[in-house]
Amino acid sequence: MAESQSLVAHHFSTLEQEHDAETMGMWVFLATEVLFFGGLFSVYTVYRVIFPGAWDAGSRILDLNLGTLNTAVLLGSSLTMALALHAAKLGNRRTMVFFLLVTASLGTLFLGVKGFEYYHKYTEHLLPGLGFQLPNGMPVQVGLFLRMYFVMTALHAFHLFVGIGLVLVLAVFGWRGKFTPLKHSPVELIGLYWHFVDIVWIFLFPLLYLIDRS
Amino acid sequence: METTLSESKPNYLNISTTIRSWLLTTDHKRIGILYLVSVIFFFAIAGTAAAMMRLELLTPRGDLVQPETYNKLFTMHGVIMVWFFMIPAIPAVLGNFFIPMMIGARDVAFPKLNLASWYVFIVGAMFTMGAVVTGGIDTGWTFYVPYSTLYSNTSVVIATAGVFIVGFSSIFTGINFIVTIHKMRAPGMTWFRLPLFVWSNYANSLIMVLATPILAITVLLIGLDHAFGIGFFDPSTGGDPILYQHLFWFYSHPAVYIMILPAMGVISELISAFSRSRVFGYKVVAFSSLAIAALGFMVWGHHMFVSGQSPYASTVFSFLSFVVAVPSAIKVFNWTATLNKGHISFKTPMLYALGFIGLFTVGGLTGVMLASLAFDVHVTDTYFVVAHFHYIMVGSTVMAFLGGMHYWFPKITGKMYPERWGQFSAIIIFVGFNLTFFPQFILGLEGMPRRYYAYPPEFQVLNVASTAGASILAIGYILPLLYLVWSVFKGAPAPGNPWNSPSLEWQSTSPPPKDNFDEPPVVTHEAYDYAHMAQAQGALDG
Repeated sequence: MAESQSLVAHHFSTLEQEHDAETMGMWVFLATEVLFFGGLFSVYTVYRVIFPGAWDAGSRILDLNLGTLNTAVLLGSSLTMALALHAAKLGNRRTMVFFLLVTASLGTLFLGVKGFEYYHKYTEHLLPGLGFQLPNGMPVQVGLFLRMYFVMTALHAFHLFVGIGLVLVLAVFGWRGKFTPLKHSPVELIGLYWHFVDIVWIFLFPLLYLIDRS
Repeated sequence: METTLSESKPNYLNISTTIRSWLLTTDHKRIGILYLVSVIFFFAIAGTAAAMMRLELLTPRGDLVQPETYNKLFTMHGVIMVWFFMIPAIPAVLGNFFIPMMIGARDVAFPKLNLASWYVFIVGAMFTMGAVVTGGIDTGWTFYVPYSTLYSNTSVVIATAGVFIVGFSSIFTGINFIVTIHKMRAPGMTWFRLPLFVWSNYANSLIMVLATPILAITVLLIGLDHAFGIGFFDPSTGGDPILYQHLFWFYSHPAVYIMILPAMGVISELISAFSRSRVFGYKVVAFSSLAIAALGFMVWGHHMFVSGQSPYASTVFSFLSFVVAVPSAIKVFNWTATLNKGHISFKTPMLYALGFIGLFTVGGLTGVMLASLAFDVHVTDTYFVVAHFHYIMVGSTVMAFLGGMHYWFPKITGKMYPERWGQFSAIIIFVGFNLTFFPQFILGLEGMPRRYYAYPPEFQVLNVASTAGASILAIGYILPLLYLVWSVFKGAPAPGNPWNSPSLEWQSTSPPPKDNFDEPPVVTHEAYDYAHMAQAQGALDG
């Protein structure tokens, strides 16, 4: 008891209270994040209802193969993140760091593929604001779809970028032995964040890539 | 609780006095003070903009400032008042200082996040001030498209960046309060023993956490639009400007409740403390805060009755806006019932509280008038609307802020404020406020539109009255600033519990020690239990 007491930040009474508070704080933060993306999803929904044809046409412009690959990459990273947390709970330092590094690598791979997609769109003059030029015959609202695509995926990518940084910090601290089976809530909290970023993609992928693929 | 003892005892103020110890503090009390100094600074700037507008409106013709300057003045007044004073004023200052103390905690759940929120606030403020320095912004605080994105060549991007950033300071504060109230309560401090100030801040934090991100994403789109011409709301590419209004008000109507809910919490404390009776219908008042938070999310469309939104939607929004008046009215009735048969003393905080009830009632009832479709269409964008929301924001929130500042001043500083000066300026503010804003109701009904630098001569008499009122109001605001600052240095030492309140924050010394309480408190009675208080006092004296 005395040993666990010294680990507790001074404004908390028990380790359990501290852990509860941290977990709840992360969930409340994720609620904020849901609303943050929710604003964009609302805009997307309104415009899709008004311009269903343009949304179908716009969706077909996107690269389905790369989108699918990225979905698999990100789902895989969620698995490795969960495995890292499991290792932290068991106190397997090396395994935990290994899985954290795999998680960060998969996240980086996702960003690389995304960057390639962006670059490809840029060369086709489909990046809004930078020499944007729709192909002939496309309804003008396809531009609106592409704007939504870029802003939504870029905001997601930014979150993933932050997540990669956090996971790398975790790996460094983990390597130095900062996490024990008794106290490893940063791994759990950043894990929650990582899964959240994945879930956003799980919504983005069908809404952007899979609207009209019959 | 002996006054002489608390002077020499280490407390949160004298424990360290370097600037570094203030700028790197994680003590919720010190962060509250950092916020206090900041919001007063921004109140002064935004107030100066208002004073210049009132001066311009002294005469029908535009003679003091250019029309463009006038547009920038009302935009700056709105942006700074809303985001840099009204929203943080009560939660981030009084809430930060007193929520942990009221629930018997040593600090908020995340002290570093708390400090981060202040720094984020300052960075957001620097951007917004940057927009002022680089020529100002003329869109109005609502940044309506397409004007803000396609036509305005003022500092839209910097200003929206400031608003985007400052939103995160609200979110951080909200997360901190929610978790603190859930997880940090002292033993025995059940939900229904919480002071109502805590309840209203809890409801308020829910709004901050759930509404602010929508604002963030909306102003982000505006900023991208303006900077890169991307055009999410540009009709030429199929975009819908009305959609922008929906998104903006989906945040900004709940934001009105962000500004008023904490103020209502303050009033519950003041009314109870100075009538020495428990708040009538405690649970009803507590739940009415949550009801306001929930209903507040469903009425945003009443800002858009003339925007071209569907008339059926308008009808529903109109109905819901009537409904949201109910929990507010419940609070007013319950405060009045609390006064009934109480031992009322007209100390300064009580004068502010009574002023609040009167002004809030006027602001609330005119709000119900505006919720009715036909009337709203008639007075949309007139001074009637301006007067209505100033009765809520200035008449209610600022009154509550000042009342709360006087009430808790002894606890914060360990000094008493001069009572006579306090009462005098409370009355000055009440008179000045009404003289400023009541004529604007009449101006609005007579058809004077808002946001114009000039007006037809027949409106001059009422405008002169309003400007005269504004100068009285300005004196009323400067007075407390002077005598409160004076009191910090020269005021009489304050006892631990000058108002004989049973609330936990008063059971500590004034000013409190760094960890708030010398011994962790254990709660055995309800909030506002004056009978218990008297018994305990009797036992001590006997």
